[in-house]
Amino acid sequence: MKAVRRLFRRLMWWTTSARDEDILRAEIDEHIAMQTAENLRAGLSPREARRQALLKFGSVEAIKETYRDERRLPFLETFTRDTRHAVRRLRKTPAFTAAVLLTLALSVGASTAIFGVIDSILISPLPYPRADDIVGISHTASGLPGLPGSLGCSPSMYFTYREENTTFQQFGVWGSGGARVTGIAEPELSRALYVTYGVLDAVGVKPLLGRWFAHEDDTPGSAETVMLTYGYWQRRFAGDTSIVGRTLTIDSTPHTVIGVMPNEFRFQRDPDLILPQRFERNALALGPFGYQCLARLKPGVTIAHANTDAARMLGIWWKAWPMPPGMDSTPFQSVRLAPKIQPLKREIVGDIGTTLWVVMGGLGLVLLIACANVANLLLVRAEARQQELAIRAALGAGWRRIAREMLVESMTLGVLGGAVGLGLAYAALRILVANGPATLPRLQEIGVRPFAAAFALGVSLLSGLLFGVIPILKYAGPRVATALAGRTFSSGRERHRTRNTLVVVQVALALVLLVSSGLMIRTFQQLRSVQPGFTHPEELQILHSMIPDAMAKEPDRVMRMQNEIVDKLAAIPGVLSVGFANVAPMESFLGGGGNPIYAEDKRFAEGQFPPVRQTRKIAPGFFKTMGTRVIAGREFTWTDLYEKRRVAIVSENLAREWWGVPRAALGKRIREAGPADPWREIVGVVEDVYDNGVNVKAPEFAYWPALMDRYIWGSDNGFAVGNGMFAIRSSRTGTESLLKEARQAIWSVNGRQPVFLVTTLKTLYDQSMARTSFTLVMLAIAGGMALILGIVGIYGVISYVVAGRTREIGIRTALGAQPAGLSREFVRHGLVLAGTGAAIGLAAAAGLTRLMSSLLFGVSALDPLTYAAVSALLILAAALASYLPARRAMSVDLVHALQAE
Amino acid sequence: MKDSDVRQGTLALMVLKTLDVLGPLHGYGIARRIEQISGDLLTVNQGTLYPVLLKLVQEGSISAEWGASENNRKARFYRLTRQGRKQLQSETRSWEQTAAIIDRFFAVKVEDLK
Repeated sequence: MKAVRRLFRRLMWWTTSARDEDILRAEIDEHIAMQTAENLRAGLSPREARRQALLKFGSVEAIKETYRDERRLPFLETFTRDTRHAVRRLRKTPAFTAAVLLTLALSVGASTAIFGVIDSILISPLPYPRADDIVGISHTASGLPGLPGSLGCSPSMYFTYREENTTFQQFGVWGSGGARVTGIAEPELSRALYVTYGVLDAVGVKPLLGRWFAHEDDTPGSAETVMLTYGYWQRRFAGDTSIVGRTLTIDSTPHTVIGVMPNEFRFQRDPDLILPQRFERNALALGPFGYQCLARLKPGVTIAHANTDAARMLGIWWKAWPMPPGMDSTPFQSVRLAPKIQPLKREIVGDIGTTLWVVMGGLGLVLLIACANVANLLLVRAEARQQELAIRAALGAGWRRIAREMLVESMTLGVLGGAVGLGLAYAALRILVANGPATLPRLQEIGVRPFAAAFALGVSLLSGLLFGVIPILKYAGPRVATALAGRTFSSGRERHRTRNTLVVVQVALALVLLVSSGLMIRTFQQLRSVQPGFTHPEELQILHSMIPDAMAKEPDRVMRMQNEIVDKLAAIPGVLSVGFANVAPMESFLGGGGNPIYAEDKRFAEGQFPPVRQTRKIAPGFFKTMGTRVIAGREFTWTDLYEKRRVAIVSENLAREWWGVPRAALGKRIREAGPADPWREIVGVVEDVYDNGVNVKAPEFAYWPALMDRYIWGSDNGFAVGNGMFAIRSSRTGTESLLKEARQAIWSVNGRQPVFLVTTLKTLYDQSMARTSFTLVMLAIAGGMALILGIVGIYGVISYVVAGRTREIGIRTALGAQPAGLSREFVRHGLVLAGTGAAIGLAAAAGLTRLMSSLLFGVSALDPLTYAAVSALLILAAALASYLPARRAMSVDLVHALQAE
Repeated sequence: MKDSDVRQGTLALMVLKTLDVLGPLHGYGIARRIEQISGDLLTVNQGTLYPVLLKLVQEGSISAEWGASENNRKARFYRLTRQGRKQLQSETRSWEQTAAIIDRFFAVKVEDLK
């Protein structure tokens, strides 16, 4: 305790040393003056009195020295001195310092950036109080084949779960969608989060202004209310605090603003508005399952416990609610619904972890290679200083002191490089957050947090230690002084051993990285070669708009208006064709999920659902616009639609599964979900569309007309797509002028309803490969860096060997050796290093790439082509890197070389 | 243990005791007082007192501030802190114990051990 206090005071005083010296000086003067005065009183002469006083006091300088020792921090002082020396030495060799700092900054920066992403997404808890207690609830249905993912919650489950549970502290269901806000600026579709009461309570983030939703807010018939998120409030209302209590017109209905969420509030899909989700309790059935639920577990409740509780409640729920109208009740039991409760974080983060860790691993390898490179540079530097070090050792500097200086130098490099790297990582993540794909979970939370900063510091220190220790072991060990003895300019083999080892390690690591990026390139090629079911997606402009109920309710009228929009869009100059459907291909994130499809001539086991298929409602011209080939039969016609013919189109894979050949499907009849839906005759078979991404098997599709007289999910007077997607094929796609004209065309019919989800099919297509391209780009960068560093390593070693053996080369040339033979010798040296490294690397790659097999598509983790190509590339590069310095060996000037000593 | 450590230790104890008995005092006064009592122990190097004073300040046993001496000179006065008083008590006790043990050791005659 006393020691700690002293250390602390010393630290304090260390900063004020000059002042304290003055105080001591004054105090000593006073002391001597008092003694002198006393001596004078005793009768001594003034001169003698002062002399006696000084004698009695003792050596002032010695006292000061002891005094300084008392108050000093020798460790810290040596450290700052060493650092100052190191910085001075580094500034003398700007090229070396810049090369090292750049290498380190890039590699530390890249790994810190990815670690920052991992930390923000995977490691740090969700930004809610006691976030570990929050769980997401979904359901598995093992009896429902073809179901992609899992089922959410149904509105009826909300009531059962809320009323019957014994394990939830708070519980609610939510969904997201668009809400039309009118009356302010351009009509726009805001991202809306619909929550029942309980959701905000469960996440536990208090509103900044106003209040949360209460029980009344989600009771049908009560006053309409809305909450704003911070960003929207700032953007639309400039942070006006008087907003609470005002009304906003949302979906043509006035809503009272009851509160604003704070800036820190985050929720999935980054909502603008939060609206109460209201359910009409009396009208509910068992399904549908389109909502998400979350709960905060009571303290001490485990996930397993909650799952048991939910399974019990499913039993109650099953008996308490009626079947959805028109659906068989017997198959419903065979679905085998079971709860799947998991931490909300896992539900949000999904399986992005593999990708991130693979990239992190790649960049970690780059960092190792960079360390090996820097170690090599430091070896050269230490070797150049060898004479100096030996002389210093001979003059009495301990090897520990010399080693400490060298270590401080490399640590300084490490920390400086790391600091620049941290800056780079910070900038990179800012860019990522601003431009990142919306598919990246928790995008808005990504940043360099303290943990990532600590990671950067740790990595830099560790790197400094790693590449600093190697030259120390080699040159500044206890035998440092012996270097003076063997003074020679021609270097022996032994002296290159460390450098050779480092190069072999570099090449091996580089090969692992090149193989993994090679595998990703092959994956990407394979994905690109999949025919996605549409052509030239870059020409396809996608936009969504709607005919609100308030404008037209009757299906026929809705469809005629959509038809009019299609015609107007098609009349825009430069437009080849226009398609209309409820959603575009690869937009299944907007909802869907599919339903069981029955075929009239297929029998399914008693009480069994047929497999789940995707459905899409389309208007004539959709396939022509998309470039989807019609394999048999025909597309829908407007007559089909307006005459309410009960027709259907299926995908090729569905036709083949049920009827063998596509042609055989024509004339067969299918329907959706249950007896409430009429049988529809198949009039066409179209090519498969990879709707869930080209890396996933193309789903089987049933296409219905966009206008139907009876549809299981429609109303009594039929069904028409009111909220739909227009696809415009044009060479002007993506231009602002086309969008402007398209908007005008749409607004001329539906009166300034928002036009939203504006994109191109190419963007959607690229998004479906975003994870692959991200991994590809990151690994390619890592592989490229590794290749360059590895080549530089080989080049450096061979150059160094050549330079070190100049004298030997001179003698051998003088004795008649052929220059070509000599340079071959050096190239062979380089190739032996590269070959050894490549062999080790191949073995390591075979083991390590298995970890990324889930990221690969259409290529094995042990793809021979990739392995061979990468090895060949590396050996070729190594040969070149050795040839360049070896050529210099040929042009060695005889006289010059022999004079060198 | 080195000789200077022992001396510094005893010197520190003497400083504390002096301040305890005489109250706030400047460096010269402390040196004089110790000199008077200890005879020749400190006559050679009064200056050695200052590092000891610094160490005690660092440990928090004494505090220092500027003041005016009896003949109106500026001087740094040292004062025993509460913690210093505690330290003095405990060190006095342990010193007495040590002294007693050493005394007994020197008092022991060969025949007593048989």
